[in-house]
Amino acid sequence: MAEWRLYEVFVRSKHGLNHKHVGSVHAADAEMAMENARDLYTRRNEGVSIWVVPSDTITASASDEKEVLFDPSEDKVYRHASFYKLPDEVGHM
Amino acid sequence: MYAQLVETGAKRLKTKEEMSPEEREFQEKVDAETKIEPKNWMPEGYRKTLIRQISQHAHSEVVGMLPEGNWVTRAPTLKRKLQLMAKIQDEAGHGLYLYSAMETLGADRDEEIEKLHQGKAKYSSIFNYPTLNWADMGAVGWLVDGAAIVNQVVLQRTSYGPYSRAMIRICKEESFHQRQGYQILLDMMREGTEEQKAMVQDAINRLWWPALMMFGPHDDESPNSQQSMAWKIKRKSNDELRQMFIDQTVPQLEFLGCTAPDPDLKWNEETGHYDFGEINWQEFYDVLKGNGPCNRERIKTRKNAIDEGAWVREAAVAYAEKQKQRAQAA
Repeated sequence: MAEWRLYEVFVRSKHGLNHKHVGSVHAADAEMAMENARDLYTRRNEGVSIWVVPSDTITASASDEKEVLFDPSEDKVYRHASFYKLPDEVGHM
Repeated sequence: MYAQLVETGAKRLKTKEEMSPEEREFQEKVDAETKIEPKNWMPEGYRKTLIRQISQHAHSEVVGMLPEGNWVTRAPTLKRKLQLMAKIQDEAGHGLYLYSAMETLGADRDEEIEKLHQGKAKYSSIFNYPTLNWADMGAVGWLVDGAAIVNQVVLQRTSYGPYSRAMIRICKEESFHQRQGYQILLDMMREGTEEQKAMVQDAINRLWWPALMMFGPHDDESPNSQQSMAWKIKRKSNDELRQMFIDQTVPQLEFLGCTAPDPDLKWNEETGHYDFGEINWQEFYDVLKGNGPCNRERIKTRKNAIDEGAWVREAAVAYAEKQKQRAQAA
């Protein structure tokens, strides 16, 4: 498998939904990755569209960057609708 | 269980005080049921044990195609042939989900498969038994996949994220396997000739004990079990899982109108479980060591598949290379 590239597989399960990561496949090229992904991840109507992406082209955040990246949003409660209390008389907004 | 004996390398469990700060943080995450992901820090023993366990599991799925492959050309109807092929294709898929999960731990697929071929890596003992009559296809689906489900449902909650997600996918597909197997047996018992009914009982007689052996040896106080439990890569003991399987399977056996080859099998009002006889552990260890009825044949078939398929893989690479050069030239 050494000479076969690894591809990550994303499947759109229904029209109108996002593609979602489902797993990976090895393949000699993108076309073969697509065929393998179809056989492996959509044998029971799981999808209407597939993306295959070479795994080595994905840039991922590292686990030790978690605080740096995500902590700043923790203390910004004013970004959520629930932060703004309205009188009952105003009704649904 | 598809992974029956997994070495953890642990001599005894470390106490929290003996752990390094990294190990302690890791154990606390596991205790809090936070999934461990590929890029997270993990103890070397955890990584190695998981590679062993997941590769055993993957090899079992792949070797597990062979006893059924024996019946593709002999299936009694086109419908049964299609069902059998769909099931075998699922097993191949399950093997691939698991090899992918294993690769996220830094293991190389080719290397792990080579270990299988050299006899260094194990796979479930159950697949070293022959499938001698058509009822075996029913009994394999019902008993073998049934035992696998009991084990795999629990493993959906395993601590390693990619393994857990592979298990969730596998469990979704596995119940089709069990139901199609049981239906084969039901049809034979309801509509079959006396000879066909005898085939069903014969298949059960041969596969009953090997199915119970799938859960592995009795749990002892061994550091391996304790370590795997502490890491939550094993969630229930072998004996607990075996009991669950027996309790749910005996009523199905009775509904078929068949019996188990175990004179000690009976309902225990007090415990609320079935009592059953002692497993022949000598047979279990013999099969695991490579001396079952089909061990050599299974490995030979797997090796041949890889060797004889080499030209296909080479052709695929050559074709991909040619396409790439054409695209660059255009």
